[in-house]
Amino acid sequence: MSVLVFAENWDGKFKNPSFEAVSYGKAVADKAGTDLIAVTFGNLEDDASVLGKYGANKVVHVSDAGAFDAHLYGNSLKDLANGLSAKVVVVSQSNNGKMLSSFLAVAWEAGMISNVVEAPESVAPIKVKKKVFSSKGIATVESSEERVVLALASNSFGAHEAATDAAVESGSTSGEAKTQSVEVDRATGQITLSEAEVVVSAGRGLKGPENWGMVEELAGLLGAATACSKPVSDVGWRPHTEHVGQTGKAIAPNLYIAIGISGAIQHLAGVSSSKVIVVVNSDPEAPFFKAADYGIVGDAFDVVPRLIEAVKELKG
Amino acid sequence: MKILVCISHVPDTTSKINFTSDHSAFDSNGIQFVINPNDEFGLTKAVQLKEAQGGSITVLTVGDASTEPTLRKALAIGADEAIRVNAEAKDSFQVAAEIADVVKNGDYNLIICGKESIDYNGQAVPTMVAAICNLPIVNACMGLNLDGEEATMIREIEGGKETVKASLPVVLGGQKGLVEENELRIPNMRGIMSARTKPLQVKEPIGAAPKSSHTHFEKPPAKADVKLVEAGQEKELVQLLHTEAKVI
Ligand SMILES: Cc1cc2nc3c(=O)[nH]c(=O)nc-3n(C[C@H](O)[C@H](O)[C@H](O)COP(=O)(O)OP(=O)(O)OC[C@H]3O[C@@H](n4cnc5c(N)ncnc54)[C@H](O)[C@@H]3O)c2cc1C
Repeated sequence: MSVLVFAENWDGKFKNPSFEAVSYGKAVADKAGTDLIAVTFGNLEDDASVLGKYGANKVVHVSDAGAFDAHLYGNSLKDLANGLSAKVVVVSQSNNGKMLSSFLAVAWEAGMISNVVEAPESVAPIKVKKKVFSSKGIATVESSEERVVLALASNSFGAHEAATDAAVESGSTSGEAKTQSVEVDRATGQITLSEAEVVVSAGRGLKGPENWGMVEELAGLLGAATACSKPVSDVGWRPHTEHVGQTGKAIAPNLYIAIGISGAIQHLAGVSSSKVIVVVNSDPEAPFFKAADYGIVGDAFDVVPRLIEAVKELKG
Repeated sequence: MKILVCISHVPDTTSKINFTSDHSAFDSNGIQFVINPNDEFGLTKAVQLKEAQGGSITVLTVGDASTEPTLRKALAIGADEAIRVNAEAKDSFQVAAEIADVVKNGDYNLIICGKESIDYNGQAVPTMVAAICNLPIVNACMGLNLDGEEATMIREIEGGKETVKASLPVVLGGQKGLVEENELRIPNMRGIMSARTKPLQVKEPIGAAPKSSHTHFEKPPAKADVKLVEAGQEKELVQLLHTEAKVI
């Protein structure tokens, strides 16, 4: 048997979630005492063998894949999993990954556990922890199937180097797409929320969209992505894609800086998995301080500019 | 146009989540249940489509009798009929298999689910339904336009969006953007009155077996107390983040 990991690439480039998935796959493979095979779809700019650095023993590159479609990618991955006698397939929960893992579970007649945050406690049967109730709970889930698809919550496991030499082979797709991609509209060169290690977020406390300059400046200095609370995106101060929380994106960066956000339970549900939380709020009673690691009670319009100066000094 | 909207019955977003003392299950004592927020966008979209071009809306949930008030609420918002598959929801696959059976026997043009339910966060049901029924799937869907038999959908991707096309019937996993927040319908008095007499069919399950079980629940570890830094001492905060937390 083997463990398979779907290593996603974006416009031919691997990103942190790709390496994190491979590292997770390596942990599962080690526990099962078997090899890890990484699979990647589409034309590559990066060298596929780089996945070896995170523990893949072999990489199968399916270059003829084309645009993502759940049927096309899912059925192709199923055939690869069968051909490579895999018992476990690891997929990172990107937008494509969520569809791919669920489709594969049905097509391959496997069990599926999504939102997993740790390496499995056992591999026969697979028993693993996942986040539930929007991070307000952690459940241990056991699969009753021998074949299992594990969908990994991003930024939960981290990418860990484990130098292995990976040979690259080519593979091919099977089956047909049922959707057709017409247009992709994506800002290039920006750090997206799902891959960001640092996120600077702001809420209604900033009073209006014209005051986001300092948020963007701080984010720029820290190599961070920007985010916002729900009401801020509801009124159109910031785009919907920045909305984090229970009904927006769930994120888990290493550092989350919340400026002028009260810390409502629905907001916390989407950000409480962040490793370190910093809160800037003028109200010492703001609930967010209870969920924070560090905080400054003060007016954002004074604090943030000084924070920017302090970061500039640090970065020299 | 026949639209099926799948509704998940979930704890209100303000709920404090607790588990039973033996850690074996979610403790629903004192919990208010609501229509899953992601499903509300899909339901409103269905109502808008019906208003614009006619048709009928069926809402569906897989759950015991306690889920019926949630279905009645969906009827009050504008669905025409409801189906409750009389089974306790155990895992994504079992729920998807039960929904798929309704889809196969229902001649629907459009099947709308929410991209994720906020209780077990499986994020899997819409795609699994599509996989079982061999239908196109667009998850994280934030825009839908119909032109005859062709659906044009916008889906969220990392850092942007993608426009995709497919022929009906299609399955969608809806989210905010499918309709705007301020377009969301809430039940009015007339809707609530008429919902009482709209048909709510209880369908016996096909008996799909779950493929996983939750063996233990716990709460995430509590955070230590916040370390407060005086306003004006931002340099100190930056130092702490650099040397103590090591995150910048
Ligand atoms: C079904 C449902 C789902 C929801 N989902 C989400 C979700 O996913 N994400 C989400 O974010 N919210 C969500 N909410 C909304 C949530 O309940 C809160 O209303 C929202 O998070 C508040 O946003 P805020 O903190 O920006 O604004 P407010 O609550 O208005 O807080 C503003 C904060 O800024 C502080 N402030 C004001 N001026 C300054 C200043 N000059 N300097 C520093 N601080 C200042 C104030 O002290 C206050 O704490 C949801 C609500 C519902 C009902």
